[in-house]
Amino acid sequence: MVAEAPKVPGRSYQLSLWARLNNNRDILGLFFMLPAAVILLLFLTYPLGLGVYLSMTDSRIGGVGNFIWFENFEWLYGDRVFWLAVFNTLLYTIAASIIKFALGLWLALILNHHLPFKAFIRAIVLLPWIVPTVLSAIAFWWLFDSQYSIISWALQKMGIIDQYIDFLGDPDNARASVIAANIWRGIPFVAITLLAGLQTISVSLHEAATLDGATPWQRFRHITLPMLTPIIAVVMTFSVLFTFTDFQLIYVLTRGGPLNATHLMATLSFQRAIPGTQLGEGAAIATAMIPFLITAILFSYFGLQNRKWQHGGRDD
Amino acid sequence: MAAVSIQKVFKSFGSTEVIHGVDVDIGDHEFVVLVGPSGCGKSTLLRMIAGLEKITAGEIAIGNVVVNTVPPKERDIAMVFQNYALYPHMTVYNNMAFSLLLARAPKAAIDERVREAAGILSLTPYLDRYPRQLSGGQRQRVAMGRAIVRNPQVFLFDEPLSNLDAKLRVQMRTEIKLLHQRLRTTSVYVTHDQVEAMTMADKIVVMRDGHVDQTGTPLELYDSPVNLFVAGFIGSPAMNFIRGRIVRNGGAPSVRADDGTDLPLPPDAAGEEGRPVHYGVRPSDLALTDTAGVETTVGVIEPTGADTFLYGTMAGSEICAMFTERHGFEPGQKVRLMPRLDRVHLFDGESGQHL
Repeated sequence: MVAEAPKVPGRSYQLSLWARLNNNRDILGLFFMLPAAVILLLFLTYPLGLGVYLSMTDSRIGGVGNFIWFENFEWLYGDRVFWLAVFNTLLYTIAASIIKFALGLWLALILNHHLPFKAFIRAIVLLPWIVPTVLSAIAFWWLFDSQYSIISWALQKMGIIDQYIDFLGDPDNARASVIAANIWRGIPFVAITLLAGLQTISVSLHEAATLDGATPWQRFRHITLPMLTPIIAVVMTFSVLFTFTDFQLIYVLTRGGPLNATHLMATLSFQRAIPGTQLGEGAAIATAMIPFLITAILFSYFGLQNRKWQHGGRDD
Repeated sequence: MAAVSIQKVFKSFGSTEVIHGVDVDIGDHEFVVLVGPSGCGKSTLLRMIAGLEKITAGEIAIGNVVVNTVPPKERDIAMVFQNYALYPHMTVYNNMAFSLLLARAPKAAIDERVREAAGILSLTPYLDRYPRQLSGGQRQRVAMGRAIVRNPQVFLFDEPLSNLDAKLRVQMRTEIKLLHQRLRTTSVYVTHDQVEAMTMADKIVVMRDGHVDQTGTPLELYDSPVNLFVAGFIGSPAMNFIRGRIVRNGGAPSVRADDGTDLPLPPDAAGEEGRPVHYGVRPSDLALTDTAGVETTVGVIEPTGADTFLYGTMAGSEICAMFTERHGFEPGQKVRLMPRLDRVHLFDGESGQHL
């Protein structure tokens, strides 16, 4: 349908340009993407780029540094504390993620059954996740306190230990303690997401498998687990990324101590850059996290790829 | 293969009783259809045979063994689900082989049985496909293949055709019937579609509100329904019902409809003077006459080619008549229809039982 456009002498050219712009899908599309692009550039690309740039300078707080190429990284290569932080971060991430996955899956399987007060219990499970990290970290600080720890108190009353445990004072204890706190905080995310995945598995598949002669373990092994794999890949990627970049828990509980035993790359980076004023070196530590994160993402990229059985056809 | 016996079976979910004492005897090799409206308990009954639901009271026996406490996998039954319940992450081959793999059957035996079943169901070209890559009818066949390879004592079908389009449904109906004629496995088939029941069953069990209303061959149910519900449920289009009272008139009894019209009855019709009844006559048992019969106002004519359906008003009630010959009626035209007296059914006005 072409409507007769009223002719306005002298202005017809401008009007039609505006009208053409208004109806051009490419230009409109660009226009609509602009806000998102600005946000991404301003708050993601710029800080990331600035961080990488800073890691190649000898900037200090309050001064402009010189561009020194990879000197910071060369220096870090010989820094034992940096390598300790890398080791701590890997240990922290791997141990916490595996345990979070195991316990989270177990919790999800339990919650997927018919339980009394199901909705209420599910809400409670989410609690550790909705409490601000700093609050729960302070609570854990008390739990792990060397003199007032309720855990030590309870264990002593039960006669299991003679002496209060120095949770955060001993390197190995401190590592185990911060990992435990991270697990407590991370389980709800894993459990609730896996629960959502479990609920998409049709009950009749389990019934069919039961009639086919599968035991509960075989149903889990041959039905639940393969159908849950795509969701497990997503959840564990996010869980690994969150854990690897964790800062708050450590900063409140141990500040990296004792003897740097709980220093993660994130906390070390902060400590060197802000209290230590060595902005360039801190940025270099942060930049050094990028290869690890990319590796984790690549893992999930291949894990996330659609399985062959998910291809083609309608869903029903 | 085995007979299935259901004795005084009750089922409650919490405090709600949904099946109130059902008895069904299913003979060896028989194809029995449980049919009824939604919520009548037919699927629950089937799931109790399968062992997916507990039996609250009563007894279910498969091949003379009471299976009330036997777990599903030891009942030696196979079930075809309404949504097929195919394992989406397994190929057609593995879907069919799964039960045999779990039973640790030898690889060669599994392969032989899967390929044999695939051959019967013309699924051989699709063995390496995943369920998502199949059409509805093919998925349906895989679901049956999964049941066949197990060579079970009893096949259970839970509304297996309701997800298919009309044409495919008719085709699969025939395929299932052929399959049964070939394998002779005792089958219990649940559907809400009375046409499916009529066309497939050796024996139909009509259920309503957790009771069995009537059991019999398709034609027994069609010719001698025990009550108003079965009469209205079996047969398509449904039987016409007109409310009225019996008038004995000496030797020529009739039913006087609520609007005063007399509907003819055979001389030996049951029922005493004045008894309120439903007068039932099937659309195909109404014949066009010139003088006798009951005046009917034509509403709508539906020529379907083979048959002509007349929807109109007879004695104040909406009725349908079916003719195999073609007629050119006009809406509003008055015609006279004569019920075949030997096929007229009378049902009690209150209980709905056949007189």
